[in-house]
Amino acid sequence: MRAPSSDLPIVLDEVSFAVRGVTILDRLSLQLDPGAPTVLIGPNGAGKTTLLRLAMGLIAPTGGRVTWAGRDNAASEHRAIVFQRPVMLRRSGAANIRYALAQAGVPRAARDKRIDELCALVGLNGLGDRPARKLSGGEQQRLALARALAKDPQVLLLDEPTASLDPAATKAIEDVVRAVAARGIKVVMSTHDLGEARRLAGEIVLMHRGRVVESAPAEQFFATPQTAEARRFINGELLV
Amino acid sequence: MPTRRTLLVVLATVAAVLGGASAHAQDKSIVVASTTSTQDSGLFGHILPLFKAKTGIDVKVISQGTGQALDTGRRGDADVVFVHARPQEEKFVADGFGVKRNPVMYNDFILVGPKNDPAGAKGKDIVAGLKAIKAKEAPFISRGDKSGTHAAELALWKLAGIDIAGADKGAWYKEIGQGMGAALNTASASNAYVLTDRGTWLSFKNRGDLAIVVEGDGKLFNQYGVILVNPDKHAHVKKELGQAFIDWLISPEGQKAIADYKINDEQLFFPNATVPGA
Amino acid sequence: MPDNVSALQLVLTGDPALVAIVRLSLLVSLSAVVFGALIGVPVGAAVALTRFRGREAVIVILNALMGLPPVVVGLVVYLLLSRAGPLGSWGILFTPQAMIIAQSVLIAPIIAALTRQTIEDLWTEYRDELAAMDVGPLGRIATLIWDGRFSLVTALLAGFGRAAAEVGAVIIVGGNIDGFTRVMTTAIALETSKGDLPLAIGLGMVLIAIVVVVNAAAWGLRRAGERLAG
Repeated sequence: MRAPSSDLPIVLDEVSFAVRGVTILDRLSLQLDPGAPTVLIGPNGAGKTTLLRLAMGLIAPTGGRVTWAGRDNAASEHRAIVFQRPVMLRRSGAANIRYALAQAGVPRAARDKRIDELCALVGLNGLGDRPARKLSGGEQQRLALARALAKDPQVLLLDEPTASLDPAATKAIEDVVRAVAARGIKVVMSTHDLGEARRLAGEIVLMHRGRVVESAPAEQFFATPQTAEARRFINGELLV
Repeated sequence: MPTRRTLLVVLATVAAVLGGASAHAQDKSIVVASTTSTQDSGLFGHILPLFKAKTGIDVKVISQGTGQALDTGRRGDADVVFVHARPQEEKFVADGFGVKRNPVMYNDFILVGPKNDPAGAKGKDIVAGLKAIKAKEAPFISRGDKSGTHAAELALWKLAGIDIAGADKGAWYKEIGQGMGAALNTASASNAYVLTDRGTWLSFKNRGDLAIVVEGDGKLFNQYGVILVNPDKHAHVKKELGQAFIDWLISPEGQKAIADYKINDEQLFFPNATVPGA
Repeated sequence: MPDNVSALQLVLTGDPALVAIVRLSLLVSLSAVVFGALIGVPVGAAVALTRFRGREAVIVILNALMGLPPVVVGLVVYLLLSRAGPLGSWGILFTPQAMIIAQSVLIAPIIAALTRQTIEDLWTEYRDELAAMDVGPLGRIATLIWDGRFSLVTALLAGFGRAAAEVGAVIIVGGNIDGFTRVMTTAIALETSKGDLPLAIGLGMVLIAIVVVVNAAAWGLRRAGERLAG
């Protein structure tokens, strides 16, 4: 078993991110602690994707700092990210997972077993030998999850994982997320679907225009929202 | 995903293909740099199998213009040169690149041109013919490639008192810088006059409206010589095999093989290895 | 080859000289594709994936080298391999090996330039995923080459087309020696200079047919591969 929480807490301290003069995140501060899933909600353009990419370490902030357990520039072997539209390698599903296992340094002898375990976990039994690009949207999303989990991460970042999926596929993904969270992996995900946020969240973080508007444990957030934006957002109004 | 094994297979193929080179050094063969007239006329196709049957030696012929063939010999890229430009051959030997010049055979040049002979060049006198062409400014194709044929052509213009490279040049005189076949093709397509060796003419299939205009003049005589590339200058030259080829060419057997080569019952090359001063 | 026959007759009777010439043409040009790819694919991928000073100039030069004149390549290789030249001791001038080397030099830039474009396009698609899986620079090159293999086949076919069609390089370094270094294109040139134009055209048709067959085979391979691996 790995040393617990070597990447957590992930702390974004007065983080800004601007691209070609356009500010996407504006002096945002947020701390991601071990425990129940953190769910990011908010309108399009709020900066949810950018925040996830910063937390992963794919990009560097143009202002402020991101630290992992107090370290800058921490190597990313303990955290994994699944993109909204994952890219499948041109090979079978199982080969995709095998690739991720190899990159993660899992010894050759252990790989077959891990592939079977991961396929079982995400519900892809029997589909492993099909070309990955020929799988359905939901199946590809689950395969991407399996690839991410191949790293045995402590933190799993998910960018709108069910945005383009039908309800059955959505349920399959949510079940996996719940199972993963139950194993002690810290899940940080963004979603459009307030219902999904309610179903999965430990903590809700509402973002708007590059800042955190309100963050609270899920029950508290939905029962007694503190800010006007939160109230309007929960009501289904457009936040402009 | 390609494995280490695939990479090894590829590298093995690389080695095999390139390694084929060493096999060639062992086999019994020589490289002869010769001219396009001997190749295109089909002479080598006739005599080389006879030589191989007798000695087992493979003769690999590179056919280039005389200038290029002698250059190939100078560089040591051939074992033997077989060309038809006596002054250049003698210089080749004098400069130390060749061992000895052996005369082998001769053929003749002919002037071909449009059947209706617009320049009135027809006859037995080449100098008169060339003068007529220049006077009428009839189109003339020159090989322009430092070949034996080109050298002969230039010498004939000089004999006719025409400064073809300088004052007397005109748009009617076209230098194409290519071999005999290409020159004949061009002449055929543009109804022009061209100087060619009889051998290439006899085996040329794209004559169009061309016909022989001048032949039989002694000045159209074309002598071939064969020279062994000097092993003192290039140690790798296959001197025994090369000398065997030369010896066969000037032997009665080789000379007969040359004389026996005919197209449409017409003999192309006349062996004269034993004629002094050839 | 015998006189006064058409190319079709030669094909139908399986004339041994023609068969030998076709075999040599395929050997030389396909080998050139292999060596050209061994150099061109990694170079193209490396240029696509690394940032360095003068990168844009390198890309422009690589693209320009696609238009390398075959006769110039032939001349340069000839001067290198000639006994009077630096690599003369190899003794491979006027052999098929020299022809393979010349054609490999000729088509490596084509393969490199097309590979660079393919890999660069793939990189924009794969960049995030590969970063998320902590793939290092060598791993990136290998993965993108493998995933782009179907598009890269087209680059290889472009190289093969160029090699099979050219005459300038192989005639200078090969010498068009009967039964030894004569290939389809040099045979066509020879028959043309002998004035046998119908035979030359006929051989030209045979050459085109061969190139079509090679392309069809590559297409079949690609379809099979796509069915297996998507």
